[in-house]
Formats: sequence, structure tokens, C-alpha cells
Amino acid sequence: MIPEIGYGGLIAALALAVFGSVAAGVGARTRRSELVQSAQHAAIGVFVLVTLCFALLVYAFLTFDFSVRYVALNTNLGTPFYYRITAVWGALEGSIILWTWMLALYTMIVMLRHRQTSGDLYPWALTTMLGIVAFFLLVMTIPAPPFERLSPIPLEGRGLNPLLQDTGMITHPIALYLGFTGFTVPFAFSLAALITGRVGDEWITTTRRWTIVAWYFLSLGLLIGGWWSYHVLGWGGYWAWDPVENAAFMPWLTGTAFLHSVMIQERRRMLKLWNISLIILTFGLTLFGTFLTRSGVIASVHAFTQGSIGAFFLGFLALVVLTALTLLAWRWDRLHAQGELDSVVSRESVFLLNNVFLVAAAFTVFFGTVFPLLSEAVRGVKVSVGAPFFNQVNIPLFLALIFLMGVGPLIAWRRASADNLKRNFLAPVVIGVVAALVLRLLGIASALAVLALALTVFVAASITVDFVRATRARRRLGEAVLPAMGGLLLRHNRRYGGFVIHLGILVITLGITGSHAWSVQTETTLKRGEAAELAGYRFRFDGLSATEESNHVKVSGFFTVSNGRAGAMTLQPARKFYPQEQAPIAYVDYRLGLKEDLYLVLGDFARDGSQATVKVQVNRLVSWIWIGGLVLTLGAALAILPERRAR
Amino acid sequence: MKRAWRWLIPLSVVPMLALLAYGFRLNPRDVPSPLIGRPASVFTLNTVEGTSVSLEAHRGAVVVVNFWASWCRPACYEEAPVLERAWRAYQDRGLVLIGVDIQDTPDAARQFINDFSLSFPNVRDVTGKVSVDYGVYGVPETFFLDRRGRIRAKHVGAVSEEIFRQHVERLLGEPA
Repeated sequence: MIPEIGYGGLIAALALAVFGSVAAGVGARTRRSELVQSAQHAAIGVFVLVTLCFALLVYAFLTFDFSVRYVALNTNLGTPFYYRITAVWGALEGSIILWTWMLALYTMIVMLRHRQTSGDLYPWALTTMLGIVAFFLLVMTIPAPPFERLSPIPLEGRGLNPLLQDTGMITHPIALYLGFTGFTVPFAFSLAALITGRVGDEWITTTRRWTIVAWYFLSLGLLIGGWWSYHVLGWGGYWAWDPVENAAFMPWLTGTAFLHSVMIQERRRMLKLWNISLIILTFGLTLFGTFLTRSGVIASVHAFTQGSIGAFFLGFLALVVLTALTLLAWRWDRLHAQGELDSVVSRESVFLLNNVFLVAAAFTVFFGTVFPLLSEAVRGVKVSVGAPFFNQVNIPLFLALIFLMGVGPLIAWRRASADNLKRNFLAPVVIGVVAALVLRLLGIASALAVLALALTVFVAASITVDFVRATRARRRLGEAVLPAMGGLLLRHNRRYGGFVIHLGILVITLGITGSHAWSVQTETTLKRGEAAELAGYRFRFDGLSATEESNHVKVSGFFTVSNGRAGAMTLQPARKFYPQEQAPIAYVDYRLGLKEDLYLVLGDFARDGSQATVKVQVNRLVSWIWIGGLVLTLGAALAILPERRAR
Repeated sequence: MKRAWRWLIPLSVVPMLALLAYGFRLNPRDVPSPLIGRPASVFTLNTVEGTSVSLEAHRGAVVVVNFWASWCRPACYEEAPVLERAWRAYQDRGLVLIGVDIQDTPDAARQFINDFSLSFPNVRDVTGKVSVDYGVYGVPETFFLDRRGRIRAKHVGAVSEEIFRQHVERLLGEPA
């Protein structure tokens, strides 16, 4: 029965979403509030139905209902309880339902928050959001039905892809999808602004916190994806410029640009056209990313399902982008700036430059990602674009962005005087230059590493200078140090939330720089009792053992590692053999540290345990990437607190 | 109407969308081989039973090298009976067919060979070196070698009887 109820629920939700979308639009146009109200009820109905269907699918997974094709393909009787839940979104159909559920949830929250306050924009935003929900429901009824039946009913399922049986896979898709779907809200309001012609600040101030939420979850999703890649895939890296990674990174870049450029519009009434274009681009890129991931058009290590789904997404992408840009062309005359750039040396121009670099980075990533397709279409030649291209183009851009990160928040609006520059930047620049010299004297040979770290120090110094100065100012008003600091953070939470996020990015930069500049690795075959050395670590192979787990057999290698300082420890990298997968899955063993991670991957081994090949890596400073993620979380939390005006 | 050019803005994305639509027509796995026309790298590998098979020993004959794996469903399973039939049809005319099993376990490989009663030699590329030499991107892939030991054609995906016949007839027809 469950599949029928689920399928019926999705059809009903689709009908409601279409109705709601149309009703909200007609209601807005004819100023009939009862229609808008009816659309709101439809939005609630959609949310309830999608929640119900999602719960049904989870239930089908928990009870091993192999009459549902999707369940049979992605779980088996040995799948542990937690992974049976995460298996729900382990493949296409389930990820679409999760995505739709989040979108329906966001639509509900938008409705609850903005129905009283956001006047003319709100009904059109509701139209847009419900329209997008309707598309995803359509996908679930035609090309990717989660409740399709399987007949005859198999006694055992195929099982979840072993690589996805990891805690990172619980959180990575959720964070990523919350980010992707989150950008729907500012996009919906920007369309509403174009439709109504109210292209001023209203849509931006309404959605400012929504944008930060979406941006934060997208960042978190990218970081967790990196963490998953690092500790599961066993190649010792966290980012490979794979098309699917790029797909998530591009909207992050344009979304970051958008977060900054809206500040100029709020402050100086400039960049209306640019801001609307950026959010259209960002939302378009989230759809493009989904298209790329699901269509199989570009070869990727993320080998996902192919099928007619690609055509659906491409059609929808075309519809969305063409509609949005046509509206933009229609409102062209209203999108002209009121303010003008007064001076090149001003915060506006630094922000503009930041935008140019971010969009340039997004463009190069886009270009590199679709280039294989372009090359094949134009010249009939297959090429692949790899990490060297992306690194070469993006590293200078990112270094420039880090530099601007130090300048932007402190330089004056409109026109920075020499005095302003000296007051804010003399100390940080001196500290940055000294840091570069010290790093050089410490024997760091890589100019790139020195530059990256010196820039990091410069930005950290500029943030500190600002914070110390502001604290001092409050101290003069008679506050104690800690209350003064706390007051600053809370009263100007948007500004200081931004600063904390910048610090998080700096910490991540430290991790990326360190891991690229100083990581070392070796691969060696050892006989039992034999030892080898790498970077001060001595590791000895002590033998193998095989254990039977609930759904796989695990062969572990035992390695005793000592580094002369602490006592010896045993690491047990393993290979897991799943019956449904012919190739074994590597299970990495590692010890994380602030300075370096020790990382062991088991390769081929002799069945009698007499010898084994092991890859050993000492990865420097990688932990700081994850720590940076935590700092980012703090900053984002601070930035989305309701703003309190200073008394 | 003034500023008519602004309507070009939405039109500007059409080429991009067309390119993506074009992508549907392509198979991303269909990688052309730079090895076509070049001498095939030689190898000596053991069969599942432990008999040694050397490519060099077959210089002068038309050789088909087929890369497969027991986990490659459904393509390798589709292809195996086709290869076996073709082998039986052509072995009298001097054709040599060598199957190379990659990234596989011996038991699964043996099972596969038994299931399809494969009678042509199947060797195991345990280290993966041979598949790297041939630039194998995925399985199945089939290479057609002429009498002088050069790779003349490569087929990605399950090979059909027609494709097999077409390449082999052409190469058999060439003088030594």
C-alpha cells in the first residue's frame, strides 16, 4: 500500500503547488487577497504532503520494503539502522524528495515570516517558490519516481553504495541542499521585484538573512564534502576540481559576490542591475549544478544515475533563466544606478573589485567544467581539464580576494583620505610584511606559501586593529573590556559576524596553504615485521586480520607507528569487501593533529598476511580547514541574529 | 522602440543551453585513443589456470584484445556470448582473441569464464599495468590489432557481432 499512498501524495502535492503558484500570481495581479490566502493554504498543504511522503519513504527503508524499487536498489538486510535512514537520500529519487521537502519548508517559513510585512513582493515570491516546488514534484512523478514498484518482490536488496556509508554522508547532502534550496528565496524575491517593478532595496533587505543562511549552508556542505573525501576516499585530498565539486563551488562564488554587492546597493543605491543579475546567476548555477550532477553529460568521479532527468533539468534551467532575463530586459530602464562611484580608493570600488574577482573565478571554473563539452562540440576532440588549470587560474584570484578582504571592511566609503588609509592600514601592512620576512627567515622556500600566509596575517591584523580600536572607544565611555567586546559583537552583529566569517576563511586558507606546501607521502610494500620511515614517523607492519561485519568483510592491516616523541600507536587501515561491489573499498586510518595528520591507506596484500602495501601520508595543517569551518559557523550565527541598533 | 538591444540579454544564454543539450548526444566514456596506428605494447600474462599467454608469440596474426571484468554489468555480460561465437567462427582463419580481466578477483573471473563457457584464452592483469598501457578508461573496451602488431581500431562498450566482423574481416584481408 505504501507506494500507492506515496505516489498519490506526490500527485496531490503537485496539483496543490501548481494551483498555489497560479493563485498567488492572479491574486497579486488582481489584488484579491483571498486568492493569495488560498495560495498560502496550498503551500501548507504541499509541505504537509511532501513531509508525509518523505516519512513514508523513510518508513519503507526502515522496514526493508523491497516492493519499492528505490528501497531494493539502495539498501539490503545488512544495512545498519542509521545508514538505512541516510540511504533515503543516497541516490537520485530520494535526493529529489529531500530537496523538495526543504524547498517546501523554506516556502512555509517565508510565508509565515513575510506575509504581513513584505507587501507587494511577497505574493509574487510565493508564486515563484511554489512554481519551483511544482517542478521538483513533476520530476518525482515522471523521470525519478521514488515510489515505483518492483515486481516480483526481491528477498534481498542490492545495498547502499559503501562509499556513502559514512557519517559525512548524513550531513553533507543536507547542508549542501539547504544551501542550494536556500538561494531560491532571494531569487524568488528578486523575480518579484522585477515583476512588480519595485527594484529598490526592499527585496534585498527582506532576503538579507536568507542569503546568509543559504551561503552558510552551502559553505558547510562544501566543507563536509571535503572532509568526506579526505577521510573516506583515501587519496589524501579534500578537493579535486571534479565537475560535481565545481558545480557546488560556482554558486558559492557568485553567492559570495552577491552577499558583498548588496551592501553597496543598501548603502549607495548602486548596482541594482548587477545584484539582480548575480542572484539570477547564482540560482541558475544551482540548477546547472543539479543538471550536471544528474545528467551524466560531463564525465565525473561522482558517477550518478543517468536518464531522462537531464532533459527535465535542462528544460527547467532554460525556462528559469530565459524568464528571469526577459523580465530583466523588460525592467531595464528602472535598473539604473542612482549613486555614482566617487573615487577609485573607496570601499565601493574595493567591493566592486571583489565582485569582479569572484565572478571571474566562477567564470573560469565554469569554463573549465564545460570546456570538454565545448571542445567536443566544436572540434570533435575529447579533452579533460584538470586541477593544474583550475589552480593556476584561481590561486592568484583567491590571493587577491584575501588581500581585498583585509582592505574592504576598513577603507572609507565614497573617498578614502590619505589619513584614513594610514590610520587603518599602516599597522596591518607592516605586520604583514614582517610576517613575510619572518616566514622567509624560518626557511619557507615556497614564495606562494609565504605570500598566502603573509596575506593571511595582514587580514587578521587589520581585523584585530579594527576590533581593538572599537573596543577602546567603548572603554572610553566607561565600559569594562569584556562587556565592551560583547556589546560590539551583538550591537554590530552584522559587521562583526562578517569579520568572524573572514577569520574562518583565513583559518581555512592556512589549512589549504599548509597542506599544499608541506604534505609528504610515500608508498611502500612491507614484509611482516619490516618497518619504513617518513617525516620522522617509523611505521612497522605487524600483520593482517579479517573480520566479518554486518554487511561486509573487513581486512585490516596492523601498523605500529612511533615518532620518537609520544609512545607507539597502532593504526589499522583496512579494505572492505562488500558482496555487491567487486572492487574493495579502502578504509583509511588516520590520526588528526593541529600540526599534521598521519594518514594510512592499505593497498594490496598477501592473503597469508606475510606482506602488504601501504600508502603513508603526513598531511600538514589540514585540520585547520575543519576548524575554519567551525569559526565560519560562529560568524554566520552572529551575522543572522536580528540586528540591534546601538542606543 | 528604443533600446531594442536589451532583448538580446535573454538570447545570449541560448548558445550555452544549446551546448548543454548537445551534451546529451555524447557518451562521455567514448574517448578516442591516441594509440590508433601505433604498435600495441606487448604483454605476457597468466590465465586464471596459470598458463602464460604472450602477445608477442602471435605476431603475424590478427589479434583482438578485449578488456573485461566480472563486475561489469551489463555490458560485459552482453558481450561475452558474442565474443565466444565470433571466436568460434574465426579461429580457423587464424584470428587470435585474448580476453584481459582487470581489477577483479580470481574466483569471480573463473565463475564468469565458466558461466559463458569461454574457450579463448583469458588472462588476468593483476597489476593493472597492461590496462594502463592500453589507456583503458572503463570496461569493456576492445582493441583490434593488425598482422604487424599495430592497434588499428578501438571499440568502447559491448562489441556487437557486426562491429567485430567488420574490423576483423578488414584486417584479415590485409596482406601480412
